[in-house]
Amino acid sequence: MGALSVNTALLRQILVGFVHDEVTKVGLHKGVLGLSGGIDSALVAYIAAEALGPENVYAYCMPYHTSNPESEAHAKLVAESLGINYKVLEITPMVDAYFSLYPEASNMRRGNKMARERMTILYDHSAEVGGLVLGTSNKTELLLGYGTLHGDMASALNPIGDIYKSQVWELSEAMGVPREVIDKKPSADLWAGQTDEQELGFTYRDADELLYRMVDQRMSRAELVSAGFEPHFIDNVLRKVQGSHFKRRLPIIAKVSNRTIDRDFRYARDWGK
Amino acid sequence: MDFTVALAQIKPKLGCLDDNMALVEAAIEKGIAAGADLVVFPELALTGYFLKDLVPEVALRLDAPQIGKLKTLSLRISIAIGFVEVSSDFRFFNSALYLEDGEIRHVHRKVYLPTYGLFDEQRYLARGDRFRAFDTRFGRVGMLICEDMWHISAPYILAMDGAMTLICLSSSPGRGVSGSEGLGSSAAWQKLTSTAAMFLNCRVFYCNRVGYEDGINFWGGSEAISPSGEVTDRGALLEEDLVVAKVDGGALRRERIFSPMMRDENLAITVKELKRIDRENEC
Repeated sequence: MGALSVNTALLRQILVGFVHDEVTKVGLHKGVLGLSGGIDSALVAYIAAEALGPENVYAYCMPYHTSNPESEAHAKLVAESLGINYKVLEITPMVDAYFSLYPEASNMRRGNKMARERMTILYDHSAEVGGLVLGTSNKTELLLGYGTLHGDMASALNPIGDIYKSQVWELSEAMGVPREVIDKKPSADLWAGQTDEQELGFTYRDADELLYRMVDQRMSRAELVSAGFEPHFIDNVLRKVQGSHFKRRLPIIAKVSNRTIDRDFRYARDWGK
Repeated sequence: MDFTVALAQIKPKLGCLDDNMALVEAAIEKGIAAGADLVVFPELALTGYFLKDLVPEVALRLDAPQIGKLKTLSLRISIAIGFVEVSSDFRFFNSALYLEDGEIRHVHRKVYLPTYGLFDEQRYLARGDRFRAFDTRFGRVGMLICEDMWHISAPYILAMDGAMTLICLSSSPGRGVSGSEGLGSSAAWQKLTSTAAMFLNCRVFYCNRVGYEDGINFWGGSEAISPSGEVTDRGALLEEDLVVAKVDGGALRRERIFSPMMRDENLAITVKELKRIDRENEC
């Protein structure tokens, strides 16, 4: 174990460089992000402030009335310790207006709607301030599909999408993210007392150790079992990865022409940058 | 002879020939000002790396005006540079040019086009079919483009063809951040260039680009390596740099006296055994 430990100085240099380079090459110099009070968005705020300067980072805390007040307090703490622009925008009126039409809607539908409400606000503000929306989904969440498509998964660029949750913790320590944000239990904060690990049914540490071997090292199932992973845990995680793959891809297009976007019309996004 | 080499660790813009020509010309001027006799650029310096369908749009014929400009500049400094070459039969190559005294001295077309992992070169590019050393004012030189260096036969052939200087032009993506000091990719490259120098008693000039393309970083870390395998000069990691390295001409002579492996290398045995393997593979 412990294969996930990273050289944080080097990782920081690459991720800060990434944000600076990918924002400035499109002729902009500002970044916009949602600050939930959790560690992922806090880390992205730290990276962005270092890459673009705190005055060029615009953070928005967008609580719903059931959100834990501690989340907003932590978002504020992060924003104030960095000196970035910070605003609180309640999403309760918009979300409630919609669900008054569907009072029977499940927690999942409500959670997805909230995530997408926040996304529309971020994109609107990105147009207002002239900045790019920074993604805050880490590799663990992206692989497990533990996020809302076109909601929190939507962004222009994501500095932490290739680092596991365990590495988010390690880098956050190195970059000075406030202790209380690092130490608290990860939560999507959709209802009181919710934690990610409870909902997923396993810990991020365990998932990361498995995903690292399964995805990065391409170990076979037999190798994973002999490395000590429970077969049902392996199957459960693999099912989540496979079942959520659609969230990691662009919509598929029915091919009829000779050059179909993304199939045989292939250009980097940084085309001409 | 002693001479000075400049390794231009630039950050090309993807698909922007004009911008990249400007970057190249600026680096050449800086190299000349720093007293360099030779300036080495990265692989695909004129175009950027993840070109995909842009390949035909940025490809240059050898008689293109941009190449003409480089020829003129080579009256003042020798130049090794990477670009996309289009042949008269419309094949596109990942090529490196060596220009000196106003002329193209050599064109190397990348032989080993990586098509695995994050690489997809063979989809867009045609494969070169030779490794040839050539004469320059710094002695006999061999050029390799990035992945070529990962095939041990490639620098070997060049050294057997008389090259005493190996120039490797690279666009190496940084990956493999772990608990160790450097990137996985930079650590592997450093072993590779230094080992090649040591095995073949050659000096090695390795020039790698920097910048990001669609989130993929290029790590720089360009190096001048002495024939004993020691790194004499190294560029910044992940940042633009111009590495100006003074090359001690005598080091090559001394190394070839201390460790005369290339003198003792037996081409006849190598060829005989490779032919046998080839015959046996056909059976």
